[in-house]
Amino acid sequence: MDGLKTTLGLTAFGILFGTILGVCLAIGRSYGKRPLPFFIIIYEKILRGIPLLVLLFLLYFGLAQIGIHFDPFAAAVLGLGLRSAAYQAQIFRGSINSIPEGQITAAYSLGMSRLKAIRYVILPQILRFSIPGWSNEFTILLKDTSLAFSIGVIELMRQGRYIQVLAPDLILVVYLLIALIYFILVFSINKIMRLVEKKYQIAGYQAEAHR
Amino acid sequence: MTMLEVKDVYKSYGGVAILKGVSFMMNKDETKVIIGPSGTGKSTLLRCINQLSPPDKGQVWLNGEEITNPQSNINKMREKIGFVFQDFNLFNHLTALRNDSIGREKEKKIEKEAAYKRAMDELTRVGLEAQSGQYPAQLSGGQKQRVGIARALAMDPDLILFDEPTSALDPELIGDVLDVMKSLCGKVAMLVVTHEMGFARNVADEIIFMEGGIIVEQGPPKEMFTNAKMARTREFLGRIGALYGDEEGR
Repeated sequence: MDGLKTTLGLTAFGILFGTILGVCLAIGRSYGKRPLPFFIIIYEKILRGIPLLVLLFLLYFGLAQIGIHFDPFAAAVLGLGLRSAAYQAQIFRGSINSIPEGQITAAYSLGMSRLKAIRYVILPQILRFSIPGWSNEFTILLKDTSLAFSIGVIELMRQGRYIQVLAPDLILVVYLLIALIYFILVFSINKIMRLVEKKYQIAGYQAEAHR
Repeated sequence: MTMLEVKDVYKSYGGVAILKGVSFMMNKDETKVIIGPSGTGKSTLLRCINQLSPPDKGQVWLNGEEITNPQSNINKMREKIGFVFQDFNLFNHLTALRNDSIGREKEKKIEKEAAYKRAMDELTRVGLEAQSGQYPAQLSGGQKQRVGIARALAMDPDLILFDEPTSALDPELIGDVLDVMKSLCGKVAMLVVTHEMGFARNVADEIIFMEGGIIVEQGPPKEMFTNAKMARTREFLGRIGALYGDEEGR
């Protein structure tokens, strides 16, 4: 099924773009020099304040009017990634806030620069702490790729529509099947992320260790 | 030879003056202990020395270079000044070994293997070679603090600042940490903020008594404990001695 491939592609590129940008936004907001945090807050507010469907239409149809053309796939990845980054920034920022101030102070006292302290001390810890929240965002993004069908990306939903047109009698079966595919994907992601979380948990640091 | 010179340092937080003109000097490999009541600016002074909180006024010189000069490379200078924290501040996501090697590895551009080896040597020195693979959350307080000391040592510092290194420890664990500190005496300069009067009396070359943001009196332990000039010093030492119940030292 080509639609499935496209859905997975959208998810992969979307989450990759969203995570990289999200980490940068979170670090910029917490450690950046003014006025950077101010602009990041505005970005987050806007991106979290408009529906994804509106964002996709703006990127694909809106920007085309002023001469910026994307192909549908690129526009969808961009829209999914930009919005996901805003949400992920919040997830990462929560993790940053949970890291004691002393960690970065200790890094400075070893002679590390701000950038090195973030790279070697802060980042490895926030990535670990963020896994549960991030897995959530991952699955939300996967399901939201279905909105890309509205700007003409041929993914799972769009292919469902094609089949619906060809064989109207199969509507129920087709959409149940699509629902099942999404469900299996989300289920697998959650399973995998749980394993990743276990693998990278800091020994003696999780509440579960005491249960 | 003067290694560290603190000249007339002032620092205030939110309009409250913490340090009001502190000056003193330290020689190479000397051990000095700073004592005084809480809230006197002892910890602030340490943080002013390695610029974790830069002083508002005054200068700090290390080996003839002015640390407080904005032009100086503070990261380079901090490599020469170890810091041991009251609440350890070990990197939670790294093993004891990596905690001690990461500074050397990332700052001094030394190969991983060499940095590991050096970190292992330092862990052995503080008696924790068996714990090298454990994470901070798996170590006791006393072990954590010894990893913290090894982390500072692994950077080849000229001076180590100790900010109440035993205040967060159970009484029976304090001894291990103090023993490690004693063993460093004369090998590296140490400036120690502590309430451990036994350590101050037996190990320090000089005791600095601070109160209200200034140095009230300083001198060799013997003089300070038996023959302090200022009434305030005598009163403080008498009171803290009674409190900790160690007239003879730990």
